[in-house]
Amino acid sequence: MSISDHSYKQFDAELESLRARVMQMGGMVQGQIMTAIDAFTSGNHDLMEKVIADDHRVNGLEVSIDEECTQIIVKRQPAANDLRLVMAVSKIVTDLERIGDEAAKIARIAKMILQRDHLNTPRIGYVREVGDISLGMLRGVLDAFARLDAVKAAVIIREDQAIDEKFRGIMRQLITYMLEDPRTITSAFDIVFIAKAIERIGDHAKNIAENVIYIVKGKDVRHIALDQVEHTAQSNGP
Amino acid sequence: MNDTSQAMMMNEVAANLEAQMAFKSLDFYYGKFHALKNINLEIYKRHVTAFIGPSGCGKSTLLRTMNRMYDLYPEQRATGELLLDGVNMLDKKVDVNALRAKVGMVFQKPTPFPMSIYENIAFGVRLHERLSKSQMDERVEWALRKAAIWEETKNILNQSGMSLSGGQQQRLCIARGIAVKPEVLLLDEPTSALDPISTMRIEELIAELKAEFTIAIVTHNMQQAARISDYTAYMYLGEMIEFGVTDQIFIKPKKKQTEDYITGRFG
Repeated sequence: MSISDHSYKQFDAELESLRARVMQMGGMVQGQIMTAIDAFTSGNHDLMEKVIADDHRVNGLEVSIDEECTQIIVKRQPAANDLRLVMAVSKIVTDLERIGDEAAKIARIAKMILQRDHLNTPRIGYVREVGDISLGMLRGVLDAFARLDAVKAAVIIREDQAIDEKFRGIMRQLITYMLEDPRTITSAFDIVFIAKAIERIGDHAKNIAENVIYIVKGKDVRHIALDQVEHTAQSNGP
Repeated sequence: MNDTSQAMMMNEVAANLEAQMAFKSLDFYYGKFHALKNINLEIYKRHVTAFIGPSGCGKSTLLRTMNRMYDLYPEQRATGELLLDGVNMLDKKVDVNALRAKVGMVFQKPTPFPMSIYENIAFGVRLHERLSKSQMDERVEWALRKAAIWEETKNILNQSGMSLSGGQQQRLCIARGIAVKPEVLLLDEPTSALDPISTMRIEELIAELKAEFTIAIVTHNMQQAARISDYTAYMYLGEMIEFGVTDQIFIKPKKKQTEDYITGRFG
């Protein structure tokens, strides 16, 4: 699918700019997540503050990209693949912004753990591992968006299942900690919230992947079985 | 597009729909120029079908075959079939006046007759029916009401149709078209000479008229096609490239050619 070659060259430029800004926002959000997980695992207070302080930049990009979408709709009345791109971008930036919120949430909870009861915090190796998978999904889905690659997007959707499984693993570990040593309960709950935030990143990456498939294939694959999603992604057309 | 793929396309769309008109292997020639190539298409009863495509693609020509407008020009000819309620209208034995009573047409530029508003409507009706004065009065009012121009004209029925504004003239022409109670109304770029408010009125009118009439419209305004039609046909170089439900054509066209045209990647 090509987004260029419009008779109106300015329209090409506007769509290119829209895509570039989504990639810029995606890069920014990735950075936020990486820093938040680093801050949590290393206990680095400055990094936590930085993630919280930078969240407004992500929010600002969401608003301005949405505004660009509105401008394109009002000026160009896009149709077919152009329309699908603009509509999907408007949804994708919402998911990216929420991923940014999850990063800020991780940083805030990490800060609370640091301030309160560092010694009684369970050491959960899985958190880093799940964080890496989420980041991989986010990177992958941004790549699928940049290349308008529906097959790659479908792979990301499948990966979300792995994150959900890991999240359940973390929960089992934490329950064990809490049963063995009730002093860890407060911090264990904080880690549940962090793990949940990371798990949510996977859900948002999955939503973005569904939007990539919509752009490329013209089919809304939300709320349908994974094998059907993969079938759509691999089909010819639209 | 070959016959099989056209037939498949029509079958996909046609579930539970009644065809009012059907083109079967229709070709059209302006002298030696082959303007329409093997058109197979159904126009569904009481729905709006829009024809889009670049200038010269044959969409107006296709519309003109539907009421044999080309009969006026000896060098123009059509082959194949155009069925209206199952009868081939291209058959020379079919009375063209009877055909045009069933298939009314409105053109790009408003063309009121140089006579009163009342006579603009009554003139065509008299060609086909003998009505008493009171019946004719009723018919004129009915047509003007249907065309959403009664309120503006009811007190000036004796004034010339030419005294109305462009948008009013076009609605008068639509009233004239429907006054003979046709089955099909053909609209050839009916709003391209009108301002946005008059255009909006005509579009609203089309939405109302489809409850009683089958409508085929040629338009260069793709947003208009998207707004008002139920089905859209994209034509290019005399061929029908894609036909489908309007929402599908404008959101997810099946053919790349259609997508390139509606997204402005044409030429």
